[in-house]
Amino acid sequence: METKNVMIVGVGGQGSLLASKLLGKLLVNEGYDVKVSEVHGMSQRGGSVVTYVRFGDRVYSPIIAEGEADLIVSFEKIEAARYASSLKKGGKIIVNSQQIDPMPVITGAAEYPEGVLDELRAKGVFIDELDALSVATQAGNAKSVNIVLMARVAKYFDIAYDKWVAAIKESVKPQFVEVNLKAFELGYNL
Amino acid sequence: MKKLLLGNEAAARGLYEAGVKVVSSYPGTPSTEITENAAKYDEIYCEWAPNEKVATEVAFGASLRGVRSACAMKHVGLNVAADPLFTLSYTGVNGGMVIFVADDPAMHSSQNEQDSRHYAIAAKVPMLEPSDAAETKEFVKAAFELSEKFDTPVIVRMCTRIAHSQSAVELCDREERELPAYEKNPQKYIMAPANAIRRHPFVEERTQKLRELAETSPLNRVELGGTETGIICSGTCYQYVKEVFGDSVSVMKLGIVNPLPVQSIKDFAASVDKLYVIEELDGIIESHLKNIGVDCVGKEMFSPLGEYSQTTIRAAFGLPQPESVSTDTPVPVRPPVMCAGCPHRGLFYTLSKHKITCLGDIGCYTLGSAAPLNALDSTLCMGASVSGLHGFNKAGGRDSESKTVCVIGDSTFMHSGMTGLVNIAYNGSNSTVIILDNSITGMTGHQQNPTTGYNIKGEPALAVDLEALCRAVGIERVRVVDPYNLKECEEAILEELETDAPSVIISRRPCMLLKYVKPQSPVKVNEDKCVGCRQCMKLGCPAISMKGKKAHIDFTQCVGCDVCTQLCRLGAIEKEGR
Repeated sequence: METKNVMIVGVGGQGSLLASKLLGKLLVNEGYDVKVSEVHGMSQRGGSVVTYVRFGDRVYSPIIAEGEADLIVSFEKIEAARYASSLKKGGKIIVNSQQIDPMPVITGAAEYPEGVLDELRAKGVFIDELDALSVATQAGNAKSVNIVLMARVAKYFDIAYDKWVAAIKESVKPQFVEVNLKAFELGYNL
Repeated sequence: MKKLLLGNEAAARGLYEAGVKVVSSYPGTPSTEITENAAKYDEIYCEWAPNEKVATEVAFGASLRGVRSACAMKHVGLNVAADPLFTLSYTGVNGGMVIFVADDPAMHSSQNEQDSRHYAIAAKVPMLEPSDAAETKEFVKAAFELSEKFDTPVIVRMCTRIAHSQSAVELCDREERELPAYEKNPQKYIMAPANAIRRHPFVEERTQKLRELAETSPLNRVELGGTETGIICSGTCYQYVKEVFGDSVSVMKLGIVNPLPVQSIKDFAASVDKLYVIEELDGIIESHLKNIGVDCVGKEMFSPLGEYSQTTIRAAFGLPQPESVSTDTPVPVRPPVMCAGCPHRGLFYTLSKHKITCLGDIGCYTLGSAAPLNALDSTLCMGASVSGLHGFNKAGGRDSESKTVCVIGDSTFMHSGMTGLVNIAYNGSNSTVIILDNSITGMTGHQQNPTTGYNIKGEPALAVDLEALCRAVGIERVRVVDPYNLKECEEAILEELETDAPSVIISRRPCMLLKYVKPQSPVKVNEDKCVGCRQCMKLGCPAISMKGKKAHIDFTQCVGCDVCTQLCRLGAIEKEGR
């Protein structure tokens, strides 16, 4: 199988690292060769964060380069646009409709580009937008946005529901399993 | 059993399986998780040392006593540990000893992108470089074998893309090792000139023997793929080469990056029409090839800057890149920022308000340099704020002393700020040193340090008394302020700047992200009172933004630190339910 590439992007502190770990575990359980690449440290402090998940028969590079991503999962609207150049022709973007102003917008040095997703749509990019924050809040914990988004990712994967559940149980702390399974269920049935 | 592990987790697993007994490190991205994960094994004694020099010397002591030991650090940490490293090369080891050094090409979280391979060459110690997590674990075990067989510390070089990439690793059992009886060996371990002069020839002979080993070691390997093109590479570059070329070119993958073999490289070069060296950062392998008379293409095609990827290699070889889309609308940058409720913010606001010159240091508070606070004038390396301030004030005299401070975190102060403070006291400058004590090593992801009262396992430990320490070195004016209290900060800073004596202000408030710190109820803007003066925007708090002409506070981010409420002259920022 040709290597498949999933990019998970967002703002430091949103829980994208856990999402990539969950996806990595699931894909290892499925028997794929998997590489997950993260960047820790400085960028975690509210900066733009990106993790790469690659899987297939034999994965070499830990990095997803321009034009290589089959799927981009974005935790925030403009982060989807920031990394859009990584998308493969015909690739898909799943985006959480949350808006988090970056510091240049907060200070007034730049404008939040409201129409940037429409611009991508106009260029023929498939964008699946959802309000993951509302779903997570409904499930009982606003921090479960990552699991709601992974539930949406599940729609594009041919992997059974219970396999996702097993990977969630492996990835989150015992006290958060219940709320995250609820978030996954709500996200999956959206 | 195969498990998905970070390169750093695999390194820790390697330490466990190799029977390592003692690990001492100072945190630094991207090396931190090696020690954090080693600490999860009860069989290994692990600790956070105050700095990398101490850590390396602790590992030396454990090796001297006869057990396998290790220390881990980021690339710039090896600068701090360079002193013990160079002479450890002479003493060699008793129990095997491994030094991990993690380079950070592209400077994801660093102040420079130095290439640690230079240290291995300069200190004449072997260096191994794995290319994924599974190899990391195997290389760690091989490093201990080499260390004991050749009587040398061994450096394992990681980089961000190996340290922070997960891949599948096969887990094995631990090899338990007995604690041997201690035998004194002064000729080997007392590096006074008379002994050291006899150890230097040993070091040179050892390098020759290691070079011979590198000719045949399975850690270096050739993967044949035709005679047209040959590529020599190591570490993460091997993965990029394979990604682009698969099996269509011949590849010499070097696992031992110091010392480099001679004959096997000449043989490989002779087997291909054109030879390339692909290595991130400096052209070290390339220089070796040119020294031994092997013609190759290297840095004329590849940059010494940043990190590579498959894109870099395709571009250099003129291969087509995949099609991609982009937006015409510019997307504003999203730099990292100090968190909402960060205790450093109130202090930086005060410095910024009074246009005080401030020498900065390494930690979360480096973020105080960003707009709108723009509070810093310099950031060089760990500890340089304190010593730099003294030099700045000696050069500028009383005028500088009354307008200049430095800021340094609790962990960084323990690391190498203390010695600078001793210098201020001893050589007498009226410097004002501000210790930003947030009770944790923040930027690297919350590691304990000698001031926090806990050890690496989270167990209670002695807490160094910062006030007593500062007084003990001769600073008489030591005071503590709460950075959430703007008035208190302002008074303390202005008073200490005016005083003709060196002083330390400890700005004390634990990091908001610590689990035991409970957020207060968020504040909100009373839109009837807000006139949109943007005074609160001067804090650079990520929870505050302008919605139309009024300030708006994001309740999901606000932790109720109340710093903005002190700034609002109209009382328009209110506690929920007040």
